[in-house]
Amino acid sequence: MSDRPKLAVWKFASCDGCQLSLLDCEDQLLAVADAVDIAYFPEATRVMQPGPYDVSLVEGSITTAEDAQRILRVRAESRVLITLGACATAGGIQSLRNHADVAEYIRVVYARPEFIETLSTSTPIADHVKVDFELRGCPIDKGQLLEVLIAHLHRRRPIIPNHSVCQSCKRAGHVCVMVAHGTPCLGPVTHAGCGALCPGYKRGCYGCFGPAEGGKPAALSARLRELGMSNPELVRLYRSFNAQAEDFRTESEANEVQSGAQGN
Amino acid sequence: MGQDTTRTIQVDTLARVEGEGALDIRIRQGRVEAVKFRIFEPPRFFEALLRGRDFTEAPDITARICGICPVAYLMSACHAMEAICGVTVDGELRALRRLIYCGEWIESHVLHMTMLHLPDFLGYEDVIQLAADNRPMVDRALRIKKIGNQLMRVVGGREIHPVNIRVGGFYRVPTQDQLNGLLTDLRWGLEAAETLLAFLATLPFPEFEKDYHFVALRHPGEYPFNEGELVSSDGESMPISAYESLLTEQHVAHSTALHSVMSDDRLAHVGPLARYAINGAMLTPRARAAADRLDLGDVCRNPFKSILVRGVEVIFAFEEAIRIIEAYRPPAHAHVAVHPRAGEGQGCTEAPRGICYHRYRLDEAGIIRDAKIVAPTSVNQKVIEQDLYDFVEPNIHLPDEELKLRCEQAIRNYDPCISCSTHFLTLNVDRA
Repeated sequence: MSDRPKLAVWKFASCDGCQLSLLDCEDQLLAVADAVDIAYFPEATRVMQPGPYDVSLVEGSITTAEDAQRILRVRAESRVLITLGACATAGGIQSLRNHADVAEYIRVVYARPEFIETLSTSTPIADHVKVDFELRGCPIDKGQLLEVLIAHLHRRRPIIPNHSVCQSCKRAGHVCVMVAHGTPCLGPVTHAGCGALCPGYKRGCYGCFGPAEGGKPAALSARLRELGMSNPELVRLYRSFNAQAEDFRTESEANEVQSGAQGN
Repeated sequence: MGQDTTRTIQVDTLARVEGEGALDIRIRQGRVEAVKFRIFEPPRFFEALLRGRDFTEAPDITARICGICPVAYLMSACHAMEAICGVTVDGELRALRRLIYCGEWIESHVLHMTMLHLPDFLGYEDVIQLAADNRPMVDRALRIKKIGNQLMRVVGGREIHPVNIRVGGFYRVPTQDQLNGLLTDLRWGLEAAETLLAFLATLPFPEFEKDYHFVALRHPGEYPFNEGELVSSDGESMPISAYESLLTEQHVAHSTALHSVMSDDRLAHVGPLARYAINGAMLTPRARAAADRLDLGDVCRNPFKSILVRGVEVIFAFEEAIRIIEAYRPPAHAHVAVHPRAGEGQGCTEAPRGICYHRYRLDEAGIIRDAKIVAPTSVNQKVIEQDLYDFVEPNIHLPDEELKLRCEQAIRNYDPCISCSTHFLTLNVDRA
């Protein structure tokens, strides 16, 4: 038992969906449990073994002073730290607060604001500690999760493609929703991993996996404007589940400046 | 641990629940002095961040409140927007909405029943230990759960945060062949769910019954998912637009979740026991027969038996899914057109854990100006605390570890979804 690598699963601000992906590996779950010692995974077990851990999977973003301290302890106890999903790698939908007045946010939701302790920002894990691998997606793809786990257990690089959704879409043979139907689509600038799901459902990509390396959001925005999108619409399109990922944040801010000029 | 000392039963990180919570119980002179079921999941401010977003974005954004029951959020948001815009989604599109909800109930219920709740009854720390002793049962449960997920994937594109649901219906409707392809598994699942439930019926259940104030949707023609009147077991009945006159929210200091209470300080109980009490007559034939074999009666008041009622609902969900698929004819349009208009509207649908309520106010351009969302666990949180009070006293003689485990089990009766209700759980027992 003790010679198997120790796995820990941690939760910060998130919806639980990414760690649920592990429990959703119905066909592999018991095999995973044979290969690793699930040392800390409160969603699944009451057993909570102390560190150090060989691999830590971290879900969620940092939104409280306490969590900013807790992630330091997680890092210190983990040989390999892998972040799971858009919250942990790009702040998540809760990072919309970074563009707003948090005191106002608290007043909107809670009758007794004095009970609430929160930071004014939601930030990705890598802003706080060294991250060994970032797995994208809102939610992550469970095939990719298994690949990353297996790779780290064998101490090899995970094989996770970093091209765009657009390329996956062409390979899948979907009809291009933007060319054929004029449907706005973030596929050209979004990181692959979902298997071009949305275009397969005749829907434009909405950027769950965050920006692809080398994408050109400004060029895409120009085309989307031609398709009739307004600047406020573009701001919202880039500013969702991966709002703090560099390329999406920059593009949402560029469009915000322009929409400020036209009066949002 | 004598009668004249203080005992503190404390669980700092409650396991096998969705999200982060804790429990503190303080016992003095052999009496329960305080119970706090705490949610410390950090707040994410959905109601605030929805302001300024387009009405069409609410379903996908609010789905991110919960990775375990995204369909509930997608559906409640869609219905609220459609109410505001004066649109009704009917016929096959309505049936497809029920179909994907069947998938979510199967997946979420079986996850909770076998992976989160069952280990408590049998004295295991988790399902993996359980699998070491009863692999066939666990394999069967995992396969049932997987079929729920397949259903979500075929209709919704993926099991967590499905992409195919929109205000007005769907982006693309499944073909008849795609749905028919699920029938073999669904028929196997129906039989397997009955076998699983027969096993669960043999579990030891603590003697514990309470007169709950149940609240659930009720629909004249069906066991409820998406639509119905809001009904209480005390005889109240109203349209969902009157939700906030039935249940009001309070903010308490030890929690980042808001508590919901009924008038006259009654504590509402939502979820499977409530749905069963209010809609038991509407169950499908095999689900009804399963409930009768278990002697559940018209009302089940033992929250530990919620695992059985979930099992009955899983059977229902399989029967309903099969019925919907057998009758399915793909509609000509995947959605009905929805044009925004200014106004306020509500959506309330039956998440696996109970009613999930949304209210929005839109401006004439369809931009969200105000949002309110009440997760089922927010409603159940007070009932959970009250159950703990009532459960701990007669069991006060138990040693701390055993008492702690039973308290955790009592919490897990509700399948609390803490990620959802944050706007919660560590277990501490303090005895004096």
